Amino acid sequence: MAGENGYIVDVKELTKKFGNFIANDRLTFNVSPGEIFGFLGANGAGKTTAIKILCGLSSPTSGEATIAGYNVYRETEKIKQNIGYMSQQFSLYEDLTVYENFRFYGGIYGLSRKVIRKRTEELLHELNMEKVKNRVIHSLPLGWKQKLAFSVAIIHQPKLIFLDEPTSGVDPITRRQFWEMIYKTAQDGITVFITTHYMDEAEYCGRVSIMAEGKIKAIGSPNDLKSQYDAHNMNDLFIKLVRN
Amino acid sequence: MKRFFGFVTKEFYHIFRDVRTILILFGMPIAQILIFGYVITNEIKDVNIAVLDHSKDEVTREITDKLLSSGYFILNKKLETNDQIQEEFEKGDIREVIIFGDNFARKLQKEKAADVQIITDASDANTANLVRNYTQAIINDYVKEKNATILQPARLVPEIRMLFNPELKGTYMYVPGTMAMILMLISAMMTSITIAREKEMGTMEVLLVSPLRPAQIILGKVAPYVMLSFANAVSIIVLGYFVFGVPVQGSLVLLLAESLLFITLALSLGILISTVSTGQQMAMFISMFALMLPTILLSGFIFPIENMPEILQWLTLIMPPRWFITIIKNIMVKGTGLLFVWKETLILVGITLVFIVLSVRNFKIRLE
Amino acid sequence: MRTIGFILQKEFIQIFRNKTMLPIIFIVPVVQLLILVHAATFDMKHIDMYVVDKDLSSASRQLVSKFEGSPFFFVNQQSFSVENGEDHLITNEADVVLHIHEGFEKDLMVQPGTKSQAKMQLLINAVNGTKAGLINAYSTNVIADFRKEIIKSENLIAKGEIPSAINVNFSHWYNPELNYKIFMLPGILVILITIIGMFLSALNLVREKEMGTSEQINVTPIRKYQFIIGKLLPFWIIALFELAIGLVIGYFAFSVPILGNISTLVLFAAIYLFAVLGIGLFISTVSSTQQQVMFVSFFFMLTFILMSGIFTPVESMPGWAQNLNIINPFAYFIRVIRMILLKGSDMIDISREIVSMSLYALISLSFAVWRYRKVA
Repeated sequence: MAGENGYIVDVKELTKKFGNFIANDRLTFNVSPGEIFGFLGANGAGKTTAIKILCGLSSPTSGEATIAGYNVYRETEKIKQNIGYMSQQFSLYEDLTVYENFRFYGGIYGLSRKVIRKRTEELLHELNMEKVKNRVIHSLPLGWKQKLAFSVAIIHQPKLIFLDEPTSGVDPITRRQFWEMIYKTAQDGITVFITTHYMDEAEYCGRVSIMAEGKIKAIGSPNDLKSQYDAHNMNDLFIKLVRN
Repeated sequence: MKRFFGFVTKEFYHIFRDVRTILILFGMPIAQILIFGYVITNEIKDVNIAVLDHSKDEVTREITDKLLSSGYFILNKKLETNDQIQEEFEKGDIREVIIFGDNFARKLQKEKAADVQIITDASDANTANLVRNYTQAIINDYVKEKNATILQPARLVPEIRMLFNPELKGTYMYVPGTMAMILMLISAMMTSITIAREKEMGTMEVLLVSPLRPAQIILGKVAPYVMLSFANAVSIIVLGYFVFGVPVQGSLVLLLAESLLFITLALSLGILISTVSTGQQMAMFISMFALMLPTILLSGFIFPIENMPEILQWLTLIMPPRWFITIIKNIMVKGTGLLFVWKETLILVGITLVFIVLSVRNFKIRLE
Repeated sequence: MRTIGFILQKEFIQIFRNKTMLPIIFIVPVVQLLILVHAATFDMKHIDMYVVDKDLSSASRQLVSKFEGSPFFFVNQQSFSVENGEDHLITNEADVVLHIHEGFEKDLMVQPGTKSQAKMQLLINAVNGTKAGLINAYSTNVIADFRKEIIKSENLIAKGEIPSAINVNFSHWYNPELNYKIFMLPGILVILITIIGMFLSALNLVREKEMGTSEQINVTPIRKYQFIIGKLLPFWIIALFELAIGLVIGYFAFSVPILGNISTLVLFAAIYLFAVLGIGLFISTVSSTQQQVMFVSFFFMLTFILMSGIFTPVESMPGWAQNLNIINPFAYFIRVIRMILLKGSDMIDISREIVSMSLYALISLSFAVWRYRKVA
């Protein structure tokens, strides 16, 4: 399940360099199972680089990290079996129907056709989208696609899901619904690791870390951080931290 | 106008920043002309043959030597029995077997006639025919030499003059053809893909809402490629001249002008393809898959048009490279002027106009 | 195995749902096969001849009509000006000018023993050297025939030594009528299925990169070989299917014989397609956009096609080009398909090619799998 010390994400001194540029500078943090962990930072702060390392898509330059107990250097394929991932770039197949997308991704996670059918029914029911099951993705509005992409990412019931700016470009109502989905997922026992640059969303997270210039500037629950840095809201906090 | 030039500059910058693409676009035609200039030839050289000599006398040896020293043939194997013929052909290493009957020299001496049999592997019919003709010519030559001392009646030796290409160089034929093919395919491909890509990525919409007019946008997109293709044309002519010895007998200015016309034609075809395509893949498949073989086969580049069935000859009339190849061969090899190529030039202009009109119409339809 | 099944299902849905690409994949090759096969011949059947007959004797007229009677020559223009004839060569209205000098008949009819010689000239448009060579050969034959007739009819038989003659008989095996179509069709078919298979697979993979879906695939536990096989099989199947269509067309529309064993051919085609699709996938793993894939594979494709010996004989190419053909998959398949269909060669005859191609497939696929990175 989780790592030796009970953390599902356990990162120590994680560093990633591209030539002379240091994208991630000695990151150290951990996430417990069932948490909603917010990974905040301005564009270019190094969030996406870090998330790609944690998903096994790229290798760190130095430091240690385990995901669900698996090492990010050597056991990337085992990590991938246990996580879900939704990128900021929309990634369902536009020319396939909703069901065909579910079936394809379910299939490559090794689910049986029966399980795929059952999971698809469940997930579409939760989204209240049963009627678009056979519609081609291409014909759906962006907000719907985002919610579907999220469902596809959890079709195999991973222990942990990484969401990389899942709500960028969608309207406030859809964002609201999206967060309801995130809470529901967390209740089901899936750990949520989410990056965002909407500071109001940070309030919904159990704990957040705030990154700037490749470093983690602060980490803790939103309320703790606000009182610690004497900020009215997360936006205020963020500006204070990043300015310094 | 100023806005337009700003746009063109941006497009130039855009293309020339991508070193990898530039390398491909410049390097590819040069590499291809160098390769094809050497490789594409239907002259016969070093063809593997086998000899089945039932006589093994002086005359058969002389004829064999004469065949082998011609440079056209290489002796792959000496056969002993008729059964071996089929075996060798099935292995596929030889193209021809030459069989000398028995007592060859004696028959020639006594009966004044002897038999040679030629068997070709006609699974490649084109080459088989050439090989057979070459072999027969060499044997005829041998006979002629033998009989040279005899004074014969009705002496009739035609004086043969090979005009325009006395050494019968294959490159005179293939360098112009390669030039037409490369310019056609690369130009059409570059524009169609670029524009289709903009459409697919949605960046075309951004341009369309800008104050630039659609025609200006297209022109701006195409302008850098005109320069690029023209540079390619020039480098092909230079390589043809210095590496393959293909002359430019006629006016260089006219040659360059015609090349520019042909490039314009190919680019407008590219635009037309992009307007009918739904995406990059389709544009690529049309400009590459649907265009490549017809350009090679129906332009007279390798296979002479007059040999084709009549229906196909009609079809070649709408193949732009056909006309361009005629034009550049006339200018480069024969040294003729506009007087001799005005018809072909007009046809190219006409086709270009048709492409442009069709593109503009399709483009408008799409916008509405 | 199950995973690969899911990928195949998805790929096929995507291919058949794209209504604009379907005709390009399935109809364009058929049309091209039906049309282009007819075009590829060097066989000269139509030589336009311009005659300048300054002798206007019965002998000169007999020579001209001898040319007219030949199936190759078409005498369509006549005048007394050689310059005029040359102009026709320049404008391509004539391929050859036959120039018969004054006094032709007189010089021809002298009895043996004198050194006089009838004067005539052939001016040949030699821009196409090979064609010029053939025109030369054909005319020489016509003139030799004419001479024999004259000697016979005018009773000019030599009193002295009889010249010796070598009779050349020839036969063309495997294709006695030199029907170029039955040997062009297999070649063009090979080109078509290769382009279809290689481009579709190469573009497909890099398209996922461009669209961002490959990133989503890379965070799944899918194995590299599963993904590559899933990307390869659909196009492998389509290409084999088109090969079958092409062979049916060849057999019924062009009477291409199928002398050898068709299963040997299918076996070789299967291996061959693994090799070329492997190349396609490899190109797409090292490229980041469809445009790059397109230009790179266009370059290799065109070069490979023209070097393969499908249109022009391989032996005429310089040594380095022939050596380069070792890495040219077209060269192997074109050789093999002609051997099996037209000559009935069996497994043993093509064993060398089978081994080389298997090795090729192994290498190109390993490269594709090796170079494919499950990274972002």
